[in-house]
Amino acid sequence: MKKSAAGASDGTRRGGLLIAAKRAGVLVLGAATLGGCAKGVLQPKGPIGVADAKILLDAVGIMSAIVVPTIVALLVIGFWFRASNTRARYQPSFVYSGRLEIIVWSLPVLVIMFLGGLTWIGAHELDPYQPIASNSKDPPLQIQVISLDWKWLFIYPQQRIATVNELEIPAGTSVHFYLTSASVMNQFFVPQLGSMIATMNGMRTQLFLEADRPGNYYGLSAQYSGDGFSGMHFTVHAVTQSDFQQWVADTQKSGPVLDRNGYFDLLRESCDVRPFSYRSADPTLFAAVVKRQLPPGPGPYVGRAGPGVRAVGCG
Amino acid sequence: MSAGPDRACARWGAADMFGKLTLNAIPFDQPIPLVAGALVFLVLLAVIGWVIVRGHLPYLWHEWITSVDHKRIGVMYTILGLVMLLRGFVDAIMMRSQQALAFRAPGYLPPEHYDQVFSAHGTIMIFFAAMPLMIGLMNFAVPLQLGVRDVAFPTFNSTSFWLTATGALLVNISLVIGEFSRAMWLPYPPLSELRYSPGVGVDYYLWSLQISGVGTLLTGINFVTTILKIRAPGMSYLRMPVFCWTALAANLLIIAAFPVLTATLGMLLLDRYLGFHFFTNAAGGNMMMFVNLIWAWGHPEVYILVLPAFGIFSEVIATFSGKPLFGYRSMVAATMAICLISFLVWLHHFFTMGAGGDVNAVFGIATAIIAVPTGVKIFNWMFTMYGGRVRFATPMLWALGFTVTFVIGGMTGVLLSVPPADFLVHNSLFLVAHFHNVIIAGVLFGAFAGITYWFPKAFGFRLHEGWGKAAFWFSFAGFYVTFVPLYAVGLLGMTRRLQTYDVAAWRPWVLAAGVGILVLCIALACQVMQFIVSIRQRDSLRDVTGDPWNGRSLEWSTASPPPHFNYAVLPNVQGEEPYWHIKRRAIETQQLAAEPDYKPIEMPRNSPTGFITAFFCTITGFALIWHIWWLVGLGIFGAYVVFVWFAWRDREEYVIPAEEVARADRARRRVREQWLAQNAREEWLAAHLQTGRPT
Repeated sequence: MKKSAAGASDGTRRGGLLIAAKRAGVLVLGAATLGGCAKGVLQPKGPIGVADAKILLDAVGIMSAIVVPTIVALLVIGFWFRASNTRARYQPSFVYSGRLEIIVWSLPVLVIMFLGGLTWIGAHELDPYQPIASNSKDPPLQIQVISLDWKWLFIYPQQRIATVNELEIPAGTSVHFYLTSASVMNQFFVPQLGSMIATMNGMRTQLFLEADRPGNYYGLSAQYSGDGFSGMHFTVHAVTQSDFQQWVADTQKSGPVLDRNGYFDLLRESCDVRPFSYRSADPTLFAAVVKRQLPPGPGPYVGRAGPGVRAVGCG
Repeated sequence: MSAGPDRACARWGAADMFGKLTLNAIPFDQPIPLVAGALVFLVLLAVIGWVIVRGHLPYLWHEWITSVDHKRIGVMYTILGLVMLLRGFVDAIMMRSQQALAFRAPGYLPPEHYDQVFSAHGTIMIFFAAMPLMIGLMNFAVPLQLGVRDVAFPTFNSTSFWLTATGALLVNISLVIGEFSRAMWLPYPPLSELRYSPGVGVDYYLWSLQISGVGTLLTGINFVTTILKIRAPGMSYLRMPVFCWTALAANLLIIAAFPVLTATLGMLLLDRYLGFHFFTNAAGGNMMMFVNLIWAWGHPEVYILVLPAFGIFSEVIATFSGKPLFGYRSMVAATMAICLISFLVWLHHFFTMGAGGDVNAVFGIATAIIAVPTGVKIFNWMFTMYGGRVRFATPMLWALGFTVTFVIGGMTGVLLSVPPADFLVHNSLFLVAHFHNVIIAGVLFGAFAGITYWFPKAFGFRLHEGWGKAAFWFSFAGFYVTFVPLYAVGLLGMTRRLQTYDVAAWRPWVLAAGVGILVLCIALACQVMQFIVSIRQRDSLRDVTGDPWNGRSLEWSTASPPPHFNYAVLPNVQGEEPYWHIKRRAIETQQLAAEPDYKPIEMPRNSPTGFITAFFCTITGFALIWHIWWLVGLGIFGAYVVFVWFAWRDREEYVIPAEEVARADRARRRVREQWLAQNAREEWLAAHLQTGRPT
């Protein structure tokens, strides 16, 4: 409920009708927060998530100003002019009114112009490729993300380590993600940190995110990618800068090595992969995947013609 | 057996006689589709057996299967749509129940089956439920409203229907022979490419859509031609009922958009069958070309569905408010504006592609602009009710339920058009809730409004009001109980198409949506009861006047059901709402217009062309899916022979003699005279007492 309350208090600055409308809109959205125990996009934990959610709530507020009265008017007019109501005046010749036409066209136009401004500014300020104006002196941490069938590979090129289905980031420092896919399309999404972005084979997308405070945040693929898709979730551990350095040092000590051969093992289809880390990772791997110098995921091994085309390792 | 595309055509061994088709194709290890398929097969067999035993086959063949009558084709489209709606709804029940059970558990549907279920649900609901329902209602009502005898190309029309039925049949065959696509209702490559989907599922999807897509394109051509070229004398563009305008807009969109779909799926077929690489990961293919192209069709498609529904609501709200539609010209302008803008917004389906602020902002704003003409429509419907005498018959309830619900769906739609907001809820269950909000409230409520509204015209008796109203209220409540939780859980980050999940906060909402689908089940039962009860009580529900709702447009001026030729004499249209003025004049002068001079009428002859073409297309499609190349050749050859045979036909029309026309029309006039004598006086008096002043 925290964010809903904040959303409503934003509205107080904008005058009467808007507050009421906004409250009505926020009520619906606020229901989703379930007393604050849930962790959705309306409980953001980073600057991008906060800004995205603010635009979302603002847009709901602006539209509610026209939508809620319209719904009420529809019901009231329909009910009042019911055939059995003898007090309602029958006006069969009320079929055109120039003044009303101007109003019914300009009302939505005004709302959409207002919203259009919001869209234009929002789309530019919150473009996923925009670096975050951070208070921190640390440069953004670079992480390369490769979506595979069906797990996430996170490579830390500066630290020369990698993880699977688990993401460790320092809180308060912005993270610069470079993303691609080794096989089919996926979407990289951490609801509480904000914007999602697509991962596509042969292409590289970028995304800046930041976690304000240490904590664990749920991440997932938001694009169906095949039979093992439901298992493509991961946890983001946001930790303090010193804990992060410690984690890097620890990770570099143990675990397998991610070279080309290790990558080919990872490329095969597998489901519900437990998180693990690589003590060393080839920093040129990501670019090779993007440039298609490495082959894409092989897909299911055996394709029977019938219904039994099954992925290896999935059930 | 390997899944190589060229294996079957390599040589002519006995094993290759049936291409990839072997006994393995029957999913003996999956009881659900097998039992369901067997059940459907038995029901079909029973129906066919009953038809043959009772000697109805000739009637069915001559009056329905080979019929080129737009009314009959409209009814068949609608029945196909309703049956497929049922099939798609069963998929929906399976998806909701799977998710209800699948919290930290595998549920009862393994991924390879669950993935087929949601792919089939989307495909069936859009292509084989919503489309046939809308095209069926347009087929039935548009020529009647235009005051003409049939569409421009009646045999085309029959062919369109049977090709659509072919597509529906192929999708359902996949239930028991092979598998259906697991690559979503829009098969995004590279997932839908051979490498990641080596089975026949995607081929079932592609060929059934290619075949039914040709049918839909023919429908588009047919209706645009009909509306532009064939109208009753005096029926100028700005005298057409709004439903005809929305039908025109929808069919213009079909003509512009469906070739894009066919070409896009065609490229994917080339990738899958002939080793091309338009959208593959290898050799320079780019999946985003597919995504752009498919949505260049996909977004207009939603307006192809919803515009006719807007037209139905316009007719229904005006009729049941006892008033002409408010701001008719504004409505026409809004319709055509939507028609145009709907082509300029496709990119909003993938803002998260990372195209940059400029591109996203332009498409976001273009999307929001569609809300303007749509909002105008809502206001005009509101002012149509203002000053009216609103009768809450079942069609009007659907219409009112639509306006209220659609406004909410429109709002969440505009919300999704704001890129930063979309970055949070793209592909989530929030999005799923949004498009069900507009498609169920818009298209489905529209279809039900249209069906209850025009049913008495089609069959001569009304549908039972009590069961109809029960169906509405349960649908209305069921919709909110199902989809409000999905909005909420989408905001909690739950994405769509999850076969299993482990986030505890999502669970109550998923369970609530599961309760909602139970309410929708009750609604469905009420719908079925509505048809059963109405057919059993048809004598007491009989519509003898041809005008059960006190209608305003031309279709209510002819008998219910209308004769084959629709109108004994083509009406001479002198203004908007022609039938309303004819009625007013009759009431004021206390007599019907003078009896016209009856002439013989030429009508198109029935033709089995459509049915036989579709039969060969089914064979061709099936053979292509299973790589049975000799059968492909045979099917194409058969279809071509039918075309040649049809092209060389001698007689295309038959003549209804003037006496028969006169007999039919005099019977109608007798009924109308009785109506005039009995009701007109009181109605006239009541109308003038109500306004308190004589006119």
